[in-house]
Amino acid sequence: MRNRPAMFVRHRILFRLFLCFSALLCCPTFAHAQQNDSKEELLVLSGEVGRPGGRLVVSLRGEPKTLNPLIAADARSREVIGVMQADLVHINRATQLTEPALAKSWKISPDGLTYTLVLRKGLKFSDGQPMDADDVLFSFRVYLDENTHAPQRDLLIVGGKPIVVRKLDAQTVVFQMAKPYGAAERLFDGMAILPRHLLENPFQEGKLAQIGSLSAAANQWAGLGPFRLKEYVAGQRLVLERNPYYWKSDSKGNRLPYLDELVFLFVPNADAQVLKFQSGETDMISQLGAENFSVLSRQQNGYTVTDAGPGLEYNFLFFNLNDVGEKASADLQRKQKWFREVKFRQAVSVAADREAIVRLVYQGRGAAIWGLVTPGNKRWGDANLAHPPRSLDHARVLLKEAGFSWTTGPNGESTLEDSDGKAVEFSILTSSTNADRAKMAALLQDDLKQLGMRVQVVPLEFRSLLDRVTQTKEYDACVMGIASYDADPNSDINVWLSSGGTHLWNPSQSHPATPWEAEIDRRVEEQMSAPAFEQRKKLYDRAQEILAEYQPMIFLASPDILAGAKNSVGNFHPAALEPYVLWNVEQLFLKTGRENAAR
Amino acid sequence: MIRRRKVAFWLLVLGALHGIVLCAGFFAPYDPVEQDRKNPYLPPMRLHFMDARGHLHVRPFVYGLQLRPGTYDQYVEDTTQLHPLKFFVAGDRYRLLGFFPVRLHLFGTGNERIYLAGTDAFGRDQLSRLLFGGQISLLAGLLGAGFTLLIGWCIGAVAGYYGGWRDDVLMRVAELFLALPWLYLLFAIRAFLPLTVNPLQAFFLIVAVIAAVGWARPARLVRGIVLSAKERDFVRAARGFGASNFYLLRRHILPETSSVLLTQAAILIPQYVLAEMTLSFLGLGVPEPVPSWGNLLSNLQQYSVLVSYWWIYLPAFAMVPFFLGYLGLASALQERPNAYKIERKSLGSLA
Repeated sequence: MRNRPAMFVRHRILFRLFLCFSALLCCPTFAHAQQNDSKEELLVLSGEVGRPGGRLVVSLRGEPKTLNPLIAADARSREVIGVMQADLVHINRATQLTEPALAKSWKISPDGLTYTLVLRKGLKFSDGQPMDADDVLFSFRVYLDENTHAPQRDLLIVGGKPIVVRKLDAQTVVFQMAKPYGAAERLFDGMAILPRHLLENPFQEGKLAQIGSLSAAANQWAGLGPFRLKEYVAGQRLVLERNPYYWKSDSKGNRLPYLDELVFLFVPNADAQVLKFQSGETDMISQLGAENFSVLSRQQNGYTVTDAGPGLEYNFLFFNLNDVGEKASADLQRKQKWFREVKFRQAVSVAADREAIVRLVYQGRGAAIWGLVTPGNKRWGDANLAHPPRSLDHARVLLKEAGFSWTTGPNGESTLEDSDGKAVEFSILTSSTNADRAKMAALLQDDLKQLGMRVQVVPLEFRSLLDRVTQTKEYDACVMGIASYDADPNSDINVWLSSGGTHLWNPSQSHPATPWEAEIDRRVEEQMSAPAFEQRKKLYDRAQEILAEYQPMIFLASPDILAGAKNSVGNFHPAALEPYVLWNVEQLFLKTGRENAAR
Repeated sequence: MIRRRKVAFWLLVLGALHGIVLCAGFFAPYDPVEQDRKNPYLPPMRLHFMDARGHLHVRPFVYGLQLRPGTYDQYVEDTTQLHPLKFFVAGDRYRLLGFFPVRLHLFGTGNERIYLAGTDAFGRDQLSRLLFGGQISLLAGLLGAGFTLLIGWCIGAVAGYYGGWRDDVLMRVAELFLALPWLYLLFAIRAFLPLTVNPLQAFFLIVAVIAAVGWARPARLVRGIVLSAKERDFVRAARGFGASNFYLLRRHILPETSSVLLTQAAILIPQYVLAEMTLSFLGLGVPEPVPSWGNLLSNLQQYSVLVSYWWIYLPAFAMVPFFLGYLGLASALQERPNAYKIERKSLGSLA
């Protein structure tokens, strides 16, 4: 039964391909004439044909800070910007592969250094002004300008040198890299093309950062995304309206997006999002926790909640392996002696009850993981990675080999001691606002108690936690989670490389502290410049295996992507990648035709 | 003597309630931090007398609960096997009153685990956590009230008896403390403390903080009584006979404050139990996995828990009898004739 729709879709796509192909073969001149005529090359999307009109309401956890992609660092701003801006090449959130977007095609030179992108014809910004290669040049000049401090800048520096962008003609742009870079076309995803006609002057004056605030006039900025700014009510909502110049259409030739309006309601937290969705005030919800998911699925009236399968978020425990030097307390230095012991970390990993985490924290809606690549990642998982089952006996053997021993206290409880006779006790930091990770830490605490380790869980406000981990480095261990924004390994590059800022156990090293970190660096850098997928995969697999052997990060579990939508929302297909439900916002539509503008 | 009987009655009630909490190890069937990972959010088991086939049993029994397949928090009773409740069974080792190692528990079923008040997210027995949590919360209340009254008593006596600039300074400081937004102060204090606070330290921190912010009110009460008592004739007479300040305070003035202090204690203790709960609820109390009533209730901060698992509310009801007991005691104490000791004594000295 489940296969039938899939087959049907596949047949339809084949059929459409066949049509296109025959059209090209038979009358190329006609196709050309039509293009010249309308001067517009719309991207045609498959999928269910919807009906236009209506307003869709979703909630955001708090207000976005800005609509300016050059300074947006928070997830909420990025979510809103994602529906207002467009990129040259886009990663399809469902297939995790790259697709043409503003660029209708691209060519890679044989040496892998030059990318030639051909833009669509007839593109227009949301204010009706035309967009061409000059806007692309301008955008990348802004991104690469050091004074802009754009977060995108780091990505555009390949092999130590910034990417050079040249214009061939009004429709063609060439990107030149100093070093080959595997899957460089993925870099373009999320690089919004900026309106030169509006931003040239502010850029020259160095005032770009002041532009694009939420309260600014709607005509201050224009984008190429499906929606544009209509109204902003501080503390309450952001209303976006349909961009009439959007460059996609459905298979019947209707210009997308279908919706007239997209409304973001600002709510304080995840529970408030659930309440709004439950009461029907919002039409869709994403990033649901497993417990809230089961609350919603118990009383589905008018809406459906879906488990879209494993995502890309990985949760892990890591120990402080920084070279803290003399300034650290003697206490931490003593503890670091244990943490640096590979067998100690392996013992902790083998003692962690991942299956219980999946069951108790995610109510079964998640997967146990032993590496950074989650089951939600379709192409990059290492099939050879060992998944050792939980075994306290094995953990005890490892600890014994590393010189630890046990003493029995007066109450019959056993205490793990190191070779100097000091009891093993340390604390685990967790974010106080993340109930899931606090639970994981509590489970680990109990697991490790059975090995005789005394562990304390310290919930900390997230920013001060981050400060401790990356700046002051005053902590023992920490449970954290990272959600990759892309399935490609390069999105996690700062976790892998010892020089990376999110190489959490010892971030931003000037050179690798251990031989195995050097080895990982080498593999990961090599895979970056390897041209073929198979080559990259092989190198990346090896890096995963080294990580699993030395356990600087003890991977625990990955939650499923849980989302929900009213039954009236069409084309609702949650994906494993961010933005989980709004990735195909241009295709979302309301089935009933009810005008809910009166809300 | 009805009043005295009332006081005795409330004291008895409170004694019994505190006794249960004090001997939590005996009344609780399990270790409060022991996780039963197969049974998260298990609802309270029902005590049956009638089995599924309609047979009546003298000894109450429970049916084991099993997860409904495909769910993670829905349970169904397994009526194929019944587990009779047994009294005075051997179970987990614990220390009675903190000293004597014992294994005797009031009840249990032998093989199947019994959860009369359900379990929490980690499958920990809610009843055991409730009883052990009471130890922390009530002790924090008692100690906090004790310290508060001690500080308030000393400061009030000094301010009232010596008067003058001492009175001015102490009472202005007291007013300052009354005006402090103490909850925010607590957050600030916690931020300055070291990262890892073990449960014992955290406990004494709570007690110290509660006492430090609460002394002003009893101090003002005591000061008022001392102020009026020191002008009484019998005090003047004693001073005339050459009694020292210390003797006057000890023998004549401070005893006058005893009834006020007792009443204050009966009011403050439940207030401070509540304060501990608030602090733990906000994450400033004893850390997990040690239970306290505030800790237990803080699970309710999650919406999903709030709407799905009613038995997590139980700690909120557990404190009701305690509060009734203390408030009953307070009103009984206020009715006592001794409350009018001053008038009687001064009348007596006139006669």
